[in-house]
Amino acid sequence: MTGWLVASALACLLLKLAGYLLPTAVLADPRVGRTTDLVTAGCLAALVVVQTVGGDAGPALDARVAALLVAAVALLLRAPFVVVVLLGAATAAGLRAAGIG
Amino acid sequence: MLRSPAVRQGLSVGVATGLYGISFGALATAAGLSVWQACLLSAVMFTGGSQFAVVGVLAAGGAPVAGFASATLLGLRNAVYGLQLAPRLRPRGWRRLLAAHLTIDESAAVSAAQDDADEARWGFWAAGLGVFVCWNATTLGGAVLGDALGDPRRWGLDGAAAAAFLALLWPRLRRRETAAVAAAAALVAVLTLPVAPAGVPVLAAALVAAALGWWRTRPARRDAP
Repeated sequence: MTGWLVASALACLLLKLAGYLLPTAVLADPRVGRTTDLVTAGCLAALVVVQTVGGDAGPALDARVAALLVAAVALLLRAPFVVVVLLGAATAAGLRAAGIG
Repeated sequence: MLRSPAVRQGLSVGVATGLYGISFGALATAAGLSVWQACLLSAVMFTGGSQFAVVGVLAAGGAPVAGFASATLLGLRNAVYGLQLAPRLRPRGWRRLLAAHLTIDESAAVSAAQDDADEARWGFWAAGLGVFVCWNATTLGGAVLGDALGDPRRWGLDGAAAAAFLALLWPRLRRRETAAVAAAAALVAVLTLPVAPAGVPVLAAALVAAALGWWRTRPARRDAP
């Protein structure tokens, strides 16, 4: 496991370094910047889904769905990152303490 | 130095961002990493989205190679930031490696927000170093805390992780086309989740997003005569 973590960390570091070593002309093709943007958004969107409904035995709906909804409302109200995360945790923990989800 | 508005802006971003290193540290140990493994990711990988992705994939029971792939895909954008920052910072020798290491969403954003060339440089270094110091300190704190908490579900840490990914995605949804691709990626994840091994839905979604980005964006026009 540690080997994979080190490899993942080094891969991310090498990507950062590549930005400083590659010729700036790479950015002349608008598809490069746009595709990178969309891969980032696509990954994060999929991670939201997996983290919210993923389970050991297939998809499951539980307190995490409520946590995500509360987080979305907090983001609409322009709450800072830390507050959004804390509200997500509090919602899931609160519902479970009440015996739901 | 503290009179520079870019430095002050950079440092305040550093403190604010560093604060949520606590949530990363806690989620990492809740996902089964040791305290020092969590700290290793913050020190060497040092890019929040990828770090949360590795931990998210492992927490869901995904294979380490799936965590590697998700982290790398999310880290691609840092290469683009580097391409944009290199002509502005023009780092030489060991400073180039340091600049690369500190290239993240926050340092790139603070630098890009400055009109003056010197301020753009100062802003980058202040935000990068500020986030690095705070992020690593709070990761350690969060990891120790997460280790002591016991069952992560009881404390709602899985809900916190879902909220964290949504908060990272949120500012990108302002652009309508990005929001549409994010929705398509989410749909791919929903459809593949019941049938694919853990970690694979994220990769499938990323590939769909990449394909949409590459083929729907017009390449640069050749110079017309």
